[in-house]
Amino acid sequence: MASEEELLEEITSSEYKYGFYTDIESDKAPLGLSEDIIRLISTKKNEPEWMLKYRLNAYEAWKKMKEPNWAHLKYPKPDFQAIHYYSAPKQKKKLGSLDEVDPELLETFNKLGISIQEQERLTGVAVDVVVDSISVATSFKKKLGELGIIFCSFSDAVQEHPELVQKYLGSVVPPTDNFYAALNAAVFTDGSFCYIPKGVRCPMELSTYFRINEANTGQFERTLVVAEPGSYVSYLEGCTAPMRDENQLHAAVVELIAKDDAEIKYSTIQNWYPGNKEGVGGIYNFVTKRGLCLENAKISWTQVETGSAVTWKYPSCILKGDNSVGEFYSVAVTANHQQADTGTKMLHLGKNTKSTIISKGISAGKSNNSYRGLVSIAKGATNSRNFTQCDSLLMGNDCGAHTFPYIEVKNKSAKVEHEATTSKIGEDQIFYCKQRGMDEETAINLIVNGYCKEVLNQLPMEFAVEAQKLLEISLEGSVG
Amino acid sequence: MNETLTLSTKDQFLAHFERLDFSFDADFSKEKRKKAKSFIDEMEFPTSKTEYWKYTRINKIIKGNYQVNFPENEIEIDLAVPSKNCIVLVNGYYNEALSWFDKQVGVTFSSLSQAKETEPILKDKFDSIARNEHEIFTAINTAYHQDGAFLHVEKNVKVEESFYVVNIVDDSNVLAHPRNFFYLESGSEANVVLKTISMSTSSSFTNMVSEIFVDANAFLELNKIQDEQEGDYQIANEQVRQLDDSRFKINTFTLNGALVRNNLNIELLGKNIETWLNGLYPLKGKQHVDNHTYVLHQEPNCVSHELYKGILDDQSTGVFNGKVFVYREAQKTNAYQSNANMVLTDNASAYSKPELEIYADDVKCSHGSVTGQLDEEAMFYLRSRGMSEKSSRAVLLNAFASDVVEHIGVEAVKTEIEAFIDRNYQSIK
Repeated sequence: MASEEELLEEITSSEYKYGFYTDIESDKAPLGLSEDIIRLISTKKNEPEWMLKYRLNAYEAWKKMKEPNWAHLKYPKPDFQAIHYYSAPKQKKKLGSLDEVDPELLETFNKLGISIQEQERLTGVAVDVVVDSISVATSFKKKLGELGIIFCSFSDAVQEHPELVQKYLGSVVPPTDNFYAALNAAVFTDGSFCYIPKGVRCPMELSTYFRINEANTGQFERTLVVAEPGSYVSYLEGCTAPMRDENQLHAAVVELIAKDDAEIKYSTIQNWYPGNKEGVGGIYNFVTKRGLCLENAKISWTQVETGSAVTWKYPSCILKGDNSVGEFYSVAVTANHQQADTGTKMLHLGKNTKSTIISKGISAGKSNNSYRGLVSIAKGATNSRNFTQCDSLLMGNDCGAHTFPYIEVKNKSAKVEHEATTSKIGEDQIFYCKQRGMDEETAINLIVNGYCKEVLNQLPMEFAVEAQKLLEISLEGSVG
Repeated sequence: MNETLTLSTKDQFLAHFERLDFSFDADFSKEKRKKAKSFIDEMEFPTSKTEYWKYTRINKIIKGNYQVNFPENEIEIDLAVPSKNCIVLVNGYYNEALSWFDKQVGVTFSSLSQAKETEPILKDKFDSIARNEHEIFTAINTAYHQDGAFLHVEKNVKVEESFYVVNIVDDSNVLAHPRNFFYLESGSEANVVLKTISMSTSSSFTNMVSEIFVDANAFLELNKIQDEQEGDYQIANEQVRQLDDSRFKINTFTLNGALVRNNLNIELLGKNIETWLNGLYPLKGKQHVDNHTYVLHQEPNCVSHELYKGILDDQSTGVFNGKVFVYREAQKTNAYQSNANMVLTDNASAYSKPELEIYADDVKCSHGSVTGQLDEEAMFYLRSRGMSEKSSRAVLLNAFASDVVEHIGVEAVKTEIEAFIDRNYQSIK
């Protein structure tokens, strides 16, 4: 009979399944960051003057900022002068159909188990593929266009809809917001832009797959989603990255704007390369995600975090409008030497605002997993309501699970509840499953899936299936 | 800019102590003072960027202009202490006229300065656990403490009578640095009431440090009552070390004071330890009370229960920051933290930060934090039975506070706190 230790060993030592590397010729900027590099990026991308100015301002601010070190994370600080800030797959020409896409690239996606054709044909999902900072293929654009929905790469948006980009870029995450947001604002190369016109309900899930591909390429994605009054959109973001020995920096910024009565559902599966089982390599994932809710609007963040060597990520909601709603559902799994410091901020400014936070952390191996969250109820946010639940599951005795919630209440009609638990999988639960003929691994899988169900249920169907698979892989053997 | 030399805030604050003379102090204590001064040199006062002091601004405290009062025995006050054991400190100095002690075998209860001369255990144990290197106010206390209380209960001695330690500040702008030392040997039992009061004063600052040792199988209950004037400041540091199978309970009642900060650090250095930390802060006016607790589980099979409750009226601010740290070795730890705040007005604020940092897998650790207000349905129920709004409110607030009050194991303290709450919320009886 496999003992629990053996299982744990197996799981915690299971290596990253998606470690492969696609050889596509790249067009790269020289190493390092300077004003010239920023000008180069801007020129390469044929950007208007205001965009360059925006970048340079952010760069000036960034130079004066210090890297944050308050998180419960330990890692060698990245050398910002040893990164290529621009890299684009060489054959960048407008593609009319998927047939024109580099076959090698398509092969990469097939390895990941995500066939674009299949997705397009079977699921009706529009996929905007981002490989190394540049959009390569965009599908379903036409269909969305009929509804007035704009869904394109960020660089295309800058060219084609400059007035929208200029109006909303940096309005939720200002370029000087924090160290990594400033860095991103200075050097971001591409990303996605999504605009839903008034009263339109986006008929399909919009999805983007990000991959880091070229060695030593920092990935600086920028996502901007604007939902006009009364509109609805569900946006999916997922990522896997190939194996690499050097740490790679990923500093993305995501801005969501939900105007009156609009709703944005943003789901993420994050599975960047976590480093090998000794903790060598792996992605640094330093992400700033924030959404702004106007009256009666709703923003819902769902995330499944299984990858990255270091994760620093706090998807937040500014509940500015009265009756607005913010939600955060998260599953974070860390194994081997992974470290995650993740959570959310719910800033209640409007009256009758509501927020819900459900966070499930699972730590195995020698990893550390922290929840860090802020619930702030301003004086004017009368009758506001928050419910927070964060649970941690420990597997093995070399990992850590931590909870750092901040609760600030400044009026007499708000109700804020927070609860957190830390425990391991109950022996009685495993015993019960085994007694019914399950092996230990299946039992653990079942229990973990049950433990995460509240969050997984929030994911769109296709994602939920993938997420469940991902959890099993991450916990394989350990499952956990 | 003109050429005048300006002193830093720290230097200005430390200049207050220049008049103090410690030449009479015991040698080991002088060494400790010297070492603490070297820590002070390396540290700065916390600012708004210091995470550990995030919600509490101390400018008013450190920029104050204080007088350091010297011992004088002429103070008239009826303390009404319901015990045969009482040590009174006035402005940080031992006051013999007000203190008394019913001598008994196996117990030493005296001023710290006297104990420094006669009690050999202080040589090893004095200032052995205080966190001078981490907390500037603790280091300042170690370097400049005037006097304090000393309690030593020998092996297997059980004392029912409470030991009262009363700190009085009798003037405005007084700077008092009392230092306490409580040591319970294995198998002993005792309870201490630590009270800070002030007499028609304002802007006085008491910076108190207590080192507390609870050895194997011993049981100590500490009831801390902070009842100074509404213009006074206090920072209190308790550093507790518990050994195998010991029990320790602390109940902190912050009844008054403009700015009160409590740093309670408890190290569980053995197995099968049980610890209770309770706190109640019914605040009004512009009071600001900050409770920081830190429970360190280092060994297996220990239990800690924490319950802090705040009632925040007017423009008051209540801060709770509780941390439970569980070492890898501390399997089977059971730790529970709970913080509940009742916010009664739109100008009051509640900040709550219950933290867990856990490195052992077979543990049961949880926390809960609730912030809300009086239950409307309960109010309606009471009103419909003919009670006035004020009385209904008082009844509900009393009930809210009673969870903490019922933890008090000393009848006299219980009565005192209950009376305070009744008075405060004008309950009907």
